Amino acid sequence: MRRAAKRWLSALGLGLLFGLGLGLSGMTQPDKVLAFLDVTGAWDPSLALVMVGAIGAFFVAFRVARRRPAPLLGGRFPRLPRRPDWRLIGGAALFGAGWGLAGICPGPALVDLGAGLGDVAIFAAAMVAGMALHRLLGVGVSGTAPAPAAPHEPAALVATAREGAGQ
Amino acid sequence: MSPLLSALLGGLLIGTSAALLYLLHGRIAGISGILCSALTPETSDREWRVAFVAGLLLAGVAYRLLAPGALPLAGTGTPLPILAVAGVVVGFGTRMGNGCTSGHGVCGVGRGSVRSMWATGTFVAVGMAVVFVMRHVVAGGGR
Repeated sequence: MRRAAKRWLSALGLGLLFGLGLGLSGMTQPDKVLAFLDVTGAWDPSLALVMVGAIGAFFVAFRVARRRPAPLLGGRFPRLPRRPDWRLIGGAALFGAGWGLAGICPGPALVDLGAGLGDVAIFAAAMVAGMALHRLLGVGVSGTAPAPAAPHEPAALVATAREGAGQ
Repeated sequence: MSPLLSALLGGLLIGTSAALLYLLHGRIAGISGILCSALTPETSDREWRVAFVAGLLLAGVAYRLLAPGALPLAGTGTPLPILAVAGVVVGFGTRMGNGCTSGHGVCGVGRGSVRSMWATGTFVAVGMAVVFVMRHVVAGGGR
């Protein structure tokens, strides 16, 4: 099989696995998520175990990956941002506010959308609108160059840097 | 299956998916970022992102057909205007903060990133504060 086909198919399978995990864990049920966040009410701490399982599995894989020169299907391991900045905290605070209002975060929104749930479709459409609004306002993405460019596009970064310098 | 066991197993599946995405593709499984760049036409290397999003949607189809109990079929319990506001804020915030529950909460914390621990602490704390206000201040313990 060609490498491009392998990359595409594996990404599809991993998205499916991720989504099945979200459903099994309870993250696709907003009332369960809100009960997890409701520490002063009828608190349901079970979703903390989702984080334990998921973080544990990723922790192991990240250690293994650090001994490898490159990802198995090509490309290279990314250089990830290190420092917190005001966009990180501000963005996380906004996200937390929305998460606390609806009990839905982006992954479960997509799983519930795939299941054809109408009210989650409204949430998902609004979420995409929020992403578009962010881009439109040019607030910038935490951990990347100041302009709102995607982190994997060096050419775009250079172009926006030039624009910025010209102003 | 007990809710505790299914939460742990579900988490392991999520973490395994994120782990394999990193080992095979060298990519962080941050759903908000993957979704945003999958929807942006000028993204280089867009195909795998579209495929990953398609896989998430497919999981929804599978649950609908095989195990609908995992889904909020009776509705989310949140009025539509609030749901819409929440969606906009989640979309905006996850782009600005460059990550959500998956990218910061799972992958970031899992790789020991201080940045992601700050982000995760912030969104969990604000989420708890908002639930407190909505349930115990505004609604007076209702809902």
